[in-house]
Amino acid sequence: METKLCGIKLKNPTVLASGILGTSKSLLARVIGNGAGAVTIKSISFEAREGHKNPTVIAFEGGMMNAVGYSNFGVAGALKEFVNLNELEAPIFASVIGTEAEDFVKVVEGLKGLDFAAIEIPLSCPHTPGFGTLAGQDTPEKTFEITKAVVKKTKKPVFIKLSPNTKNIGEVAKAAEKAGASAITAVNTMGPGMVINIEAKKPVLDFKVGGVSGPALKPVAVRCVYDVYESVKIPIIGAGGVLTGKDAVEMMMAGATAVGIGSGIYYRGIDIFREVCSEISEWVEKNGYKNLKELVGVAHE
Amino acid sequence: MSELPEIVKIIKITQENPCVKTFFFDKRIQAKPGQFVMAWIPGLDEKPFSLSYVGKETGITVEEKGKFTKRLFQMKEGDKIGIRGPYGNSFGLKANACVVAGGCGIAPLSTLIENLKNPFVILGARSKDRLIFEKRFPNAKITTDDGSFGEKGFVTDVLKNVLRDRKSEVIYTCGPEVMMKKVFEICESHKIGCQASLERYMKCGFGVCGQCEVNGFRVCKEGPVFSSESLREMKGFGGFARLKSGERVSVSEYIQWRCA
Repeated sequence: METKLCGIKLKNPTVLASGILGTSKSLLARVIGNGAGAVTIKSISFEAREGHKNPTVIAFEGGMMNAVGYSNFGVAGALKEFVNLNELEAPIFASVIGTEAEDFVKVVEGLKGLDFAAIEIPLSCPHTPGFGTLAGQDTPEKTFEITKAVVKKTKKPVFIKLSPNTKNIGEVAKAAEKAGASAITAVNTMGPGMVINIEAKKPVLDFKVGGVSGPALKPVAVRCVYDVYESVKIPIIGAGGVLTGKDAVEMMMAGATAVGIGSGIYYRGIDIFREVCSEISEWVEKNGYKNLKELVGVAHE
Repeated sequence: MSELPEIVKIIKITQENPCVKTFFFDKRIQAKPGQFVMAWIPGLDEKPFSLSYVGKETGITVEEKGKFTKRLFQMKEGDKIGIRGPYGNSFGLKANACVVAGGCGIAPLSTLIENLKNPFVILGARSKDRLIFEKRFPNAKITTDDGSFGEKGFVTDVLKNVLRDRKSEVIYTCGPEVMMKKVFEICESHKIGCQASLERYMKCGFGVCGQCEVNGFRVCKEGPVFSSESLREMKGFGGFARLKSGERVSVSEYIQWRCA
């Protein structure tokens, strides 16, 4: 089950996706204790942010939808919360957000002293003004510019997290690779979508729209990973609707080296990581593969 | 699976004291003692509230504090709000119980009391006009900080006396966190199990966002009721809570923010 991602050793390929449970060191420790191969913190901006008003997270028949709006305690809070991350028994990935390239750089430099194994840069949030797709960060040009600026300022591997809504995700991935990204995380939430309560005659999310995740996102995510795999040589963290070991195998066949799990926690609880891993093992054994590496990208052959 | 609010009608409102009302809904919710719901006022906000009535009637008992509760207090019978849930764990039912409630803390404890056999109930408030449910639980021992009703003093003083005279196997508590912390310390020194219902700022209510985290515990999922084993590990109990941004502050600073 051991997986190597940009030179980082993971005891298995499951990664806690950013935005879910990544608010504190003790919660990260708990997720690791439940089998995650690596964990990603909730995204950090330079200044603290309150995010959108409730309701911010809902679940509908096909998945989850959120418009949390990047609430986070900022760099100052992160420096207090994420101390001595080396004590945890798996690599921790930072997640860094900003509006302009220099905002990302400011956060990356602010977090320099913390023991993050890599830095993820989401350029793909669909529900926060000033960030992600609402700030046009999902174009190849902006992706190149921001990636380049961040890579220049850190020795750590930089993962660029892409949006499933982009017309040509392969081109965006290429821009990130060309700018020096070490890996691609595919994908962020989809949409935005909307759920209207017909009795209240109003959207349920206070921000009205939110990013769609969970089962509804999975086929889109698999296609995105497939497209990115065709476009770049750097490894891919495949995320979007992974609930079971078979979902993870599917992501790997599309081209993912590691798999992100987020909304799955709603469906199966925190120990989803352990369960998915044992389900992957079972499948791999039954189907005669020697290791996970052999699985990556086989759908392209 | 879905976690979407369902619109319910407010069918009855009772004034419990000058700042507390109970809102009853036209929907039955199957819930265990201690569980909570997320109440939604479309266009305003969504907040967690313990169910204070479950069974024949369904209701939440609310203190008027911030923007959300002020708007709720303007509502009349026939008005509608959204409800989702129930969420969280529940009190574990045990015999020979003592229940310690401070102020609005009686809300989650009231359905528990109705499910216990002869519990000893201590009901405390700042003053006579702040008491809640003293008529609903006529056998309760009442304390007020200023002595305007019942015994003058704190619920914790009464608890110490009760433990001297009465064999108790578990103490259930809800109220201001400083009070619960004191109750827990008394339980520890008497080697009695404690179950405390905590409150933190919440978003999803179903265990994915991490907003209500305290030392790795999700108050909305592993809580809101925590027993001694967990409380011992929770440095944040009586210690810290998170603001909307996730920033850790002292519980007293958090309460100031919540009431602003």
